[in-house]
Amino acid sequence: MSLVLNEEQSYLKDTARDFAKNKTPVSHFRSVRDSENPECFDREIWKEMASLGWSGILIPEEYGGSDFGVAGIGVIFEELGRTLTPSPMFSTAVVCASLIKEAGNEDQKKDYLTKIASGDITLAFALEESSRHSPANLETTAKKDGDSYLINGQKTFVLDGGFADFLIIAAATGKGTSLFIANKDARGIDIKVTPMVDSRNAANITFKDLKLSTSDLIGDENGSDQIIEEVLDISRSVISAEMFGGIQEAFDVTLNYLKERDQFGAKIGSFQALQHRAAIMFSEIELCKSCVLESLTSFDESSNDIPRLASLAKAKIGEVFHLVSNEAVQMHGGIGVTDEYDIGFYLKRARVAEQIFGNVQFHKDRYAELTGY
Amino acid sequence: MSDLNAFRNETRDWLEANCPESMRTPMSQGDVVWGGRKVEFKDPDQKVWMDRMGEKGWTCPTWPKEYGGGGLNFEENKVLQEELMRIKARPALNSFGIWMLGPALLEYGTEEQKMEHIPKIVRGEIRWCQGYSEPGSGSDLASLKTKAEDQGEEYLINGQKVWTSYADECDMIFTLVRTGPLEPKHEGISFLLIDMDQEGVTTKPIKLISGKSPFCETFFDNATAPKENLVGGLNKGWSVAKRLLQFERNMIAGMGFGSAASGSSKKSDTKPTSGLATMAKRYVGEKEDKLNDSGLRNKIIDHDMNSQAFALTLRRAAEESKKSNQGPSAASSIFKYYGTEHNKLRYEIMLEAMGTKALGWDGAEFGPEELAITREWLRTKANSIEGGTSEVQLNVISKRVLELPQ
Ligand SMILES: Cc1cc2nc3c(=O)[nH]c(=O)nc-3n(C[C@H](O)[C@H](O)[C@H](O)COP(=O)(O)OP(=O)(O)OC[C@H]3O[C@@H](n4cnc5c(N)ncnc54)[C@H](O)[C@@H]3O)c2cc1C
Repeated sequence: MSLVLNEEQSYLKDTARDFAKNKTPVSHFRSVRDSENPECFDREIWKEMASLGWSGILIPEEYGGSDFGVAGIGVIFEELGRTLTPSPMFSTAVVCASLIKEAGNEDQKKDYLTKIASGDITLAFALEESSRHSPANLETTAKKDGDSYLINGQKTFVLDGGFADFLIIAAATGKGTSLFIANKDARGIDIKVTPMVDSRNAANITFKDLKLSTSDLIGDENGSDQIIEEVLDISRSVISAEMFGGIQEAFDVTLNYLKERDQFGAKIGSFQALQHRAAIMFSEIELCKSCVLESLTSFDESSNDIPRLASLAKAKIGEVFHLVSNEAVQMHGGIGVTDEYDIGFYLKRARVAEQIFGNVQFHKDRYAELTGY
Repeated sequence: MSDLNAFRNETRDWLEANCPESMRTPMSQGDVVWGGRKVEFKDPDQKVWMDRMGEKGWTCPTWPKEYGGGGLNFEENKVLQEELMRIKARPALNSFGIWMLGPALLEYGTEEQKMEHIPKIVRGEIRWCQGYSEPGSGSDLASLKTKAEDQGEEYLINGQKVWTSYADECDMIFTLVRTGPLEPKHEGISFLLIDMDQEGVTTKPIKLISGKSPFCETFFDNATAPKENLVGGLNKGWSVAKRLLQFERNMIAGMGFGSAASGSSKKSDTKPTSGLATMAKRYVGEKEDKLNDSGLRNKIIDHDMNSQAFALTLRRAAEESKKSNQGPSAASSIFKYYGTEHNKLRYEIMLEAMGTKALGWDGAEFGPEELAITREWLRTKANSIEGGTSEVQLNVISKRVLELPQ
């Protein structure tokens, strides 16, 4: 797979970089946070993102998208990650769009994908049930009752779950996992927003006798385990790209600080104890870059190593984001632990993003299993 | 594309006809062919293979044809390497000439110097060693003191080098010498080629912790070298020296990676496996398909992931520099540091897996592979020292790449 971007991808990346710089610098994130808008993102900005076509990048042209592929959306996330741009794009345009694209029937695709591409609706994926990622053995159940289903169970860490117009629910249906789509206002859905340390919205959601019709089933009954796994890998790869953007920005900001701050009559960046740690981080970041690119392009080039590459990227980037966000704070000294200064935002985002669809250890384990040990 | 296919077919046929069967078997350290006037072949096929490859220029496939090289472009060389790998051919010839001196001469040498020295490197006729380090000048290489004085027709050389790998088996030595004693330290150094087959040059082997003596002290006592052996101009040797170090570092960085350096290929049908895990399972056993030591398993996972990440980065750097048509990309500055530290760790993990089986010195109670791993573990400790230490590499990254203040 190619490890250098093609023209289309470079163009998307440049556009996203300009957008992030001009429309959503870190001060934008800060103002959204301080506004105490419980949605944790700005609807106007989201509209602009959609009008640039970003919400339709993974969506086929017949449903209003551009079908530019995972690498295309990945490079955009990398740039948005640099400035911590909050938006419903990940849940809506990556996770849920992919689920519907892979599992949905023609009517569902026409209906939902078109509206996702145009930016008219937002969606969230209700999957997790415990405090650590474990997609297998779900306890939320869907029981068939005539031509409807009754859904019962509890979900947690539903990204964007507080305000998304629709929820896609993963539920056990006896012999496997099935996917359902529901309007957030449907009876039987109780949503509790969980304010998170990174100031983005997530929710705990309880389903109590939520009644859905067979037309709300996405894909075959019991038939979605494999599709969920595939979509999770796409999502892991894209979130890794976002995290990689955060890593680079935190590192660049720190590097600048090392060149500016004077102590003992010298720039602190002239101290070898800091220089070597910076050089080691640089080395790790170079490795991260290769992992992210290889994983992002693996989908578009139908590699047979997709799951392993997704785990490689998510684990490696998770670990290095830990390292870099910790070092960034430390190397700033006192100012690094103030709310007034932005660097702490990266520390907070690093930890939340690491939990999304599997933390470092989850993916190390998976990598080994896929390698035969 | 079809040209490349034709080239692949020709190459395959030629290798089929010219690579002796015995040269397609796994080799041990002692089987490396270094060439030179004093070469001793353990097996006559080694000479046949070296001579045939040298004649074709394929010991240095990408060097220009006019100096005896193979004249292959990037793509053709890739094909050649793939075909060599396919039949598991041993390298026909290894040498410091190929890895270090040749590439530097091609950039800095005069036409006469290239005509004189390059073909002999390609054909394995002359074996070179590297005379950089001195007892008082290691990391601070530019403080070196060995001096070369202008005697009209030739230079008169006096001084001492140390850690000169294989000096006692080599024919010629490329050295850094002080020719401008009054100039600032970097500006009084020249790059000089010296024939070791003379009275004024003597060597004395030094024994390593691995028990081997691959390097020496090298003494120059009124040794001489003709004027035309000065490369890159009087007192301009430091640029040549640095460029050569880049070649050296890239070579050392890739050690222990072998074919991994080509990265995962697009659609290989082979199931991914882990060499470390397979070997560790033999020693510690497995439980439900998992290695029966979770701490060790975690270390192997880290190592395997980093191996893959590093191999991908080697590939990315190659793609980037090919695309931009410029020199090495920023990524390549990490290779020496990362590659050698990673390789050291690999042997530490093997030791942990093997327990006392990895701690034998000799004797029939240990398997030959086990003994080899022990010695190799000791040898890897030098990886992060030779060619510039890890600390020096981190200094280089800090200053040149990150542009941190002095
Ligand atoms: C197996 C082997 C083969 C070799 N082959 C050759 C050869 O063929 N030809 C040749 O010329 N040389 C050769 N060398 C020598 C090698 O290049 C030197 O050993 C190396 O450059 C380090 O120099 P030194 O040994 O004097 O250590 P020193 O420079 O004395 O270093 C000692 C310690 O101090 C650290 N240090 C030094 N300066 C700094 C600094 N500025 N910042 C932070 N830390 C610092 C070093 O990293 C190291 O940890 C070989 C070495 C080995 C081990």
